[in-house]
Parts: sequence; C-alpha cells; structure tokens
Amino acid sequence: MADTPVEAGAEASGAGMPQLDFSTFPNQIFWLLVTLVVIYLILSRVALPRIASVLAERQGTITNDIAAAEELKMRAQEAEAAYDQALLDARAEAAKIVADTKADIQAKLDVEMQKADAEIAAQTAESEKAIAEIQAGATEAVKAVAKDTAKEIVAALGGKADARTITAAINARMKG
Amino acid sequence: MADPVDGGGLSFKPLDQFEVKRLFGEGPIEWYTITNVTMWMAIAVACIVLLLVIGTSKRAVVPNRTQSVAETLYGFVYTMVEDVTGKDGIKYFPYIFTLFIFILFSNFLGLLPMSFTTTSHIAVTAILAFAVFFTVTIIGFVKNGAAFLGLFWVSSAPLALRPILAVIEVISYFVRPVSHSIRLAGNLMAGHAVLKVFAGFAQVGLIIAPVAILGVVAIYALEVLVSAIQAYVFTILTCVYLKDALHPSH
Repeated sequence: MADTPVEAGAEASGAGMPQLDFSTFPNQIFWLLVTLVVIYLILSRVALPRIASVLAERQGTITNDIAAAEELKMRAQEAEAAYDQALLDARAEAAKIVADTKADIQAKLDVEMQKADAEIAAQTAESEKAIAEIQAGATEAVKAVAKDTAKEIVAALGGKADARTITAAINARMKG
Repeated sequence: MADPVDGGGLSFKPLDQFEVKRLFGEGPIEWYTITNVTMWMAIAVACIVLLLVIGTSKRAVVPNRTQSVAETLYGFVYTMVEDVTGKDGIKYFPYIFTLFIFILFSNFLGLLPMSFTTTSHIAVTAILAFAVFFTVTIIGFVKNGAAFLGLFWVSSAPLALRPILAVIEVISYFVRPVSHSIRLAGNLMAGHAVLKVFAGFAQVGLIIAPVAILGVVAIYALEVLVSAIQAYVFTILTCVYLKDALHPSH
C-alpha cells in the first residue's frame, strides 16, 4: 500500500511532484508577478491610504471628544461651585431676614407689652380704689350697726347709754 | 503493509491537487496560458479587493465588521513593521503588506475543498523570497554603501573568530531566501498532502473511516492555524531582513 500512492501520484503528475515540474514555472511566475503588481497597486493607491485616513480620522475624533469631555467636566465643576456659592448666599440671606424679622417682632412685642402693663396697672389702681371705698363704706356701716346694737343692749341691761363712751369702745374694738 | 481490504477501489493521489492545469482547451502550458494558478490568484485578488477596498468604502469612523477586519490586518502588519524595522521601515509597509495579504489569502483559499494552493508551489514562494532577498540587499547597499558589509563582520566577537563568523554569516545570508521559500511551500504542501492521504483512508472500511475523518478534521484545523502562522512568519522574517538592511550593525 505504501507503494501505491507514490506510483499513482507519479503517474498522475508525469514526473513526481508537480512542484518540481519546471515546465509550469514560467506560467506561475508570470501570473504571480501580475498578481503582486495588481495587489500592490490596489493597496498603495486605494486601500492603505484609505484605511490610514480612517484611522487618523478616528484618532482625531477620539482626541477631540476627550478634549470636549474635559472642557464640559470643567464647566460642570464651575457650575457646581457657582451653585454652592449661590446656595450659601441664599442661606445667609435667609438667616439675616429671619433675624431681622425676629428683632422687629420683639420690638413690637415689647411696646405692646408695656402698653398692656400700663393699662393693667391703671385698672388695678382703679379697682383697688374702688375696693378701698367699698371697704370704708362697709366699716362705717358696721360701726353704725355696732353703735346702735350696743346702745340697745346697754339700755336693755338697764344701763344708761352714753353715746360717746360707746363710740369710743367700738372704735377701740374695731381697731383691735 | 498488506493490501487494503477493498483493494481495487482505493486510490491515493495526494499530489494531484498541486497540478498546474490549463483552464481552457488543450496543449502545452506557456508562460501566458490561463491556468488554475491564474484563476486562484485572481480569486485572491478579488477577495483582497472585497475586504480592503469594498469593505472600507464607507470610511466609517465607527467601523462595521468588514472594515474592522481590514483595519485589524492593517494595524497588525503596521505594528509589526514599526516594531521590527523601526520608523524608517514604515515606507516599505505597502510592499510588506502586499506580501502578507497575498500569502494569507492564498493560504486560506487553498483550504477550500477542490481549490488550488498557489503558495504550495516552490516556484511562487521562491519568487516571493528572492524578491525579498534582492530588495533587501539592494536597500542595504543603497542606504549604507559598503558599511552594509558590516552585517557580516561581527564586531562584538573576538578578533580571531571574526573571519570564521563572517563566512558563516555570509552563508546564512544566502541561505535565507531558500529557507524563506521552502518553509512556506513545504508547510502548505505537506499539510495538504496529509489531508488528502487521510481523505483517502476515509474510503477504507467501517473502522478506519471514522478515524480518518476525525484525522481530516484535526489536520484541517491545524492547517487553518498553519496558514495564518506561515503568512505571519514570512512577513516577520521579511521585516527582520529589512531591519538588517536598514541597520546592519549588530
């Protein structure tokens, strides 16, 4: 079996390996040169410059995009800082307004409180006066009743009522 | 080995696939004859145009798949040329890319069933390798003048050893195109022949056939790898030789 393929191959190709059949060499070499020249021309004129330009363009696009992204990032950071600053300012402003309003309210409140205190004090004084009058009235009445009652009791006990003595005694008791 | 069980029907013709044939008519193969070599090289050119010209025609900043593949290949070879030869090698990039893309597509097209592998022929790879050899040698002398011969004079070695090393360097320099071409053609030819042998065994019996088919699948996978690697190896060696020509000092 080992012989069979070799013989068969040899028969088929005439003189052993087709690679060593020199009669076909000019043909192969001619067509190879044609092919290489065609490929070289296609590549160097069309394909390679085109691919190179596409790659360069892509590189440029990427570089530009990265630069643009960098710039946008910077701008975003600036905007963020400005926003923070605005926020701080607004907070300070708000705090100031709150403080002002509080002070204002306090001042008004104080004024009102004083007014109210004064009114209350006036009313209290009036009331006290009224009470004192009522009290004085009441004392007088008690004195009169006590005088009359004492005179009557003394008379009933058979004594002689001395108006002046009774009045003095009652006054003394009332004080006590 | 004993005769196969079904003797008569079994035939191995692993080398038939490498035959150069006329596409039209009968007669001898002249240099201008349109052969299967012509056809498969034309198909390679068509595929290259499809990928690198039609595929990139939109010039999209965000590439589609085809353009992406084209750009990846471009970037791959460009980086290789730049890394190996340095900045001054960049102007030879179209030349190197031509070699790379031609070998890559020829190798892969050769993996299609019933196809013809142009790069499995020593005639083709030898021309590629000698083209590189002469180009690189001419560039070396044009750029460096006689200083290019410094490539063979290992100044870092002891003085007594230098003449011997120079002889070895000269021999290795002239062997370069041979190894460069035979490596590519040999790899592809061997792989395709082995595929065909396994395919032949697939005709034999119930037990051997499945094993042979598995073998075909495995070898095919290996060949896909080899196709890409050999294109890469050929290209990077071209870059290395070019670097020697541009910077001959060790």
